[in-house]
Amino acid sequence: MKKLLILGAGTAGTMMANKLHKVFDKEEWQITIVDQYKTHYYQPGFLFIPFNIYNKQDVIKPKSNFFPPGVKVIYSVIDKIVGEENKVLLEGGQVLQYDYMIIATGTETRPDETPGLKGKLWYKEIFDFYTIEGACALQRYFKNFTGGKLVMVISEIPYKCPVAPIEFVCLAEAYFTKKGIRDKVDITYVTPMSGAFTKPVASKMLGDLLEEKNIHVESDFYMERVDNDKKTIVAYDEREIEFDVLTVVPVNMGSEMIERSGLGDDLNFIPTDKHTLQSDKFKNVFVLGDASNIPTSKAGSVAHFAAEILMDNLMSAIEARPLLAKFDGHANCYIETGYGKGALIDFNYDTEPLPGTFPLPGIGPFGLLKNTKINHYGKVMFRWIYWHILLKGKEMPIEADMTMAGKKRI
Amino acid sequence: MSEKTFAGKIVNLSDEGYFEDSSQWSREIAAEMAKEDGLELTEKHFEVLEYLRKEAATGAALSIRKVGKSGIVDIKGLYVLFPGGPLKFSSKYAGIAKPSSCV
Repeated sequence: MKKLLILGAGTAGTMMANKLHKVFDKEEWQITIVDQYKTHYYQPGFLFIPFNIYNKQDVIKPKSNFFPPGVKVIYSVIDKIVGEENKVLLEGGQVLQYDYMIIATGTETRPDETPGLKGKLWYKEIFDFYTIEGACALQRYFKNFTGGKLVMVISEIPYKCPVAPIEFVCLAEAYFTKKGIRDKVDITYVTPMSGAFTKPVASKMLGDLLEEKNIHVESDFYMERVDNDKKTIVAYDEREIEFDVLTVVPVNMGSEMIERSGLGDDLNFIPTDKHTLQSDKFKNVFVLGDASNIPTSKAGSVAHFAAEILMDNLMSAIEARPLLAKFDGHANCYIETGYGKGALIDFNYDTEPLPGTFPLPGIGPFGLLKNTKINHYGKVMFRWIYWHILLKGKEMPIEADMTMAGKKRI
Repeated sequence: MSEKTFAGKIVNLSDEGYFEDSSQWSREIAAEMAKEDGLELTEKHFEVLEYLRKEAATGAALSIRKVGKSGIVDIKGLYVLFPGGPLKFSSKYAGIAKPSSCV
């Protein structure tokens, strides 16, 4: 029997297990998936927890709900990958052999990489909202917050879901307005990038949106450390920003297991062919989702679009055919902007987010780079789609390749 | 895209001022480009530029963190060398494309 091994049972790994289960001959292939945790988190939902819109129970389900029957599931810490011998060592000594492997071990937040971040104010006045613990701690903090300087800082690029911190400050603005204390809260958005977002057209639209909401943007700020006594963040160029409450996107890095295996770059992301999704080092290894170093957003939508391409190329590799499917870096992100509205961006390696309609050209119903109610409902509906369609590897009415139809060049 | 003359050589630049063709680069061009921005390049600057060119040629994704681990200069030092956006300016003078870590 041939062996297909999937490392990581998050969004990407679970989707692939479902897709492969449908096409592989059960007599011929054994699919095994490994993850250390038993709980699946709906990560886009973390953003809503600090504002009491979602609670913990809205974003968790057992991972086992989403594995197809017949797929072998192992809950274990992965020690390391030995690609030269086509094997993976698990903690406790178990060895897994594979013919082909998909690495989908994602990215994790590493607050310990920034001096002072995990100091005495951690989860007292400094919070992340990329973990369930951070999001819930912040929810408790905000309930008693009466005003002051709220600073949202991004530590390092790349990080998971590039629009999340923008959504965070927009939702915070709306939340404090509703609480009647908006005039007592200063909101500052601090980023190492040169503007609110990376690509020029979206950066302008989102920058204007933040300005409208009286959210100050501090750009080109690369955080060196946090001073817990002065309650400031300090940049490498010595700029300092004071805070009363700091929310942070910590440094994002790939799994430490990737580092132990000698497979990563300096942030433990795996060098991967950005079109074929094949590992640069091993021809029988593919990389899906945030674990790779491909130059597009780290987001579930990217993993979803890339999964179709990976599927094609994996089948080609197995049958010794050339890898013809090419991933274009397609990403699609809903952006919550508060007050029941949202914006939407759709882009790839070569095309920056542009205005227009989505998914149907000229019709929509969603508006690209526009702040509308229907975009917000798209995000609300997405949670259902995520649990019921996306994770289970079912078809969605959106193509893997980005299309220019419905977009306007400006 | 635009053409600009530095040190007597025509250079093709992107809208954001990055080299379109890395092979057009020379130390003289880099020095003159930096001078326009009010920066005098020293040997230490050139060590960073050469490192960036070498890394970019292998297709590596460049980041401030990576340069900080290069052994040539730490992050703080990089900010002193290229104030106000170390990777932005250094990759311009190094004649490489805009770092794609920005996604």
